[in-house]
Amino acid sequence: MARVIELHKSVTESNDRDAEALRNELKERGVLLINLMSSPGSGKTTLLSRTISDINDELPIAVLEADIESDVDAVKIEALGAKSIQVHTDGMCHMDAGMTREGLFGMDLSGTKIAFLENVGNLICPAEFDTGAHKNVMILSVPEGDDKPLKYPLMFSMCDALIITKMDTKDFFTFDLDTCISHVKKLNPDIFIFPVSAKTGDGMKEWEEYLKKEVF
Amino acid sequence: MHELSVVFSVIKDCVEVAKENNAPHINTVTIQLGKVSGVIPSYLKDCWKWAVSRKGDKTDDIIRGAELIVEPIEAITFCENCKQTYDTIKYAKVCPHCGSDNTYLYQGNEFLIKEIQVDDEMPTEFSDQIDEDTPSPVMG
Repeated sequence: MARVIELHKSVTESNDRDAEALRNELKERGVLLINLMSSPGSGKTTLLSRTISDINDELPIAVLEADIESDVDAVKIEALGAKSIQVHTDGMCHMDAGMTREGLFGMDLSGTKIAFLENVGNLICPAEFDTGAHKNVMILSVPEGDDKPLKYPLMFSMCDALIITKMDTKDFFTFDLDTCISHVKKLNPDIFIFPVSAKTGDGMKEWEEYLKKEVF
Repeated sequence: MHELSVVFSVIKDCVEVAKENNAPHINTVTIQLGKVSGVIPSYLKDCWKWAVSRKGDKTDDIIRGAELIVEPIEAITFCENCKQTYDTIKYAKVCPHCGSDNTYLYQGNEFLIKEIQVDDEMPTEFSDQIDEDTPSPVMG
């Protein structure tokens, strides 16, 4: 004898539930979780390093690194005084809520006000999985081109903020900031956009003010 | 794209439901997959075959060897401007009827677990236990 059990359940439903639970739990602890997503080489670590140098004394930062290659980034981050932990995604192309929880609670979060999840360098898969973050932030670097929003529409449409990095190099590339902003705003009218150079410090203040406004 | 991780997630959900229903073994799992869900059925089936036949404890025996059935869902876009629908895969974002890009995906990005088919026979040691633990309808 056999019987059929109907589920009619979305595949992401369990993850969505875990993500919501993590989001609430972190809020209760007073930790703002930011999911940082970008292509490889967009300047995530440089941006984080600068952010840590600027505001870590005021708002203690923890970083969860999802890159599997080495612990170079983690060493850099810790040298600046922030906490950090490296997680292994076991070859997965994205972080889900369960992996994020495990990584975060592997650190001592006491006193932490902002936790950054450095998601796997990839603009497709991470956009589809809720990690439990309070804010999704994407990084686009000038050399990647102002037409990137046209190629990865989902990523740009689901983010709360976009940081355009390496602005100090814009004269060397055919990157038009206004064109880029108009592509992005068409996909996502409410998004915050911060053009910055983590190298010179230009524009960092606006990004850091945004963080200060969002902390619990 | 991320076929393997979704396969693990489907397996986890199905095993949970089968256990809740005291089913000893899952024979088939039927999923509904939108044509623009980004998941490729042939990759999905390959990952599935591997994931339900891993050695030892890595695969739960309850789902070992289960077959995956994929039911496709057509991708259809609705145009807000002329209120007509069209084939998303053929025309993407711009409406072929009126040329407007004020359109949205009506269906086609679904990834749903529809149902599982399970063996209904309970091993005796389990059925005894259920009889004792199940409260009578009068008490419930």
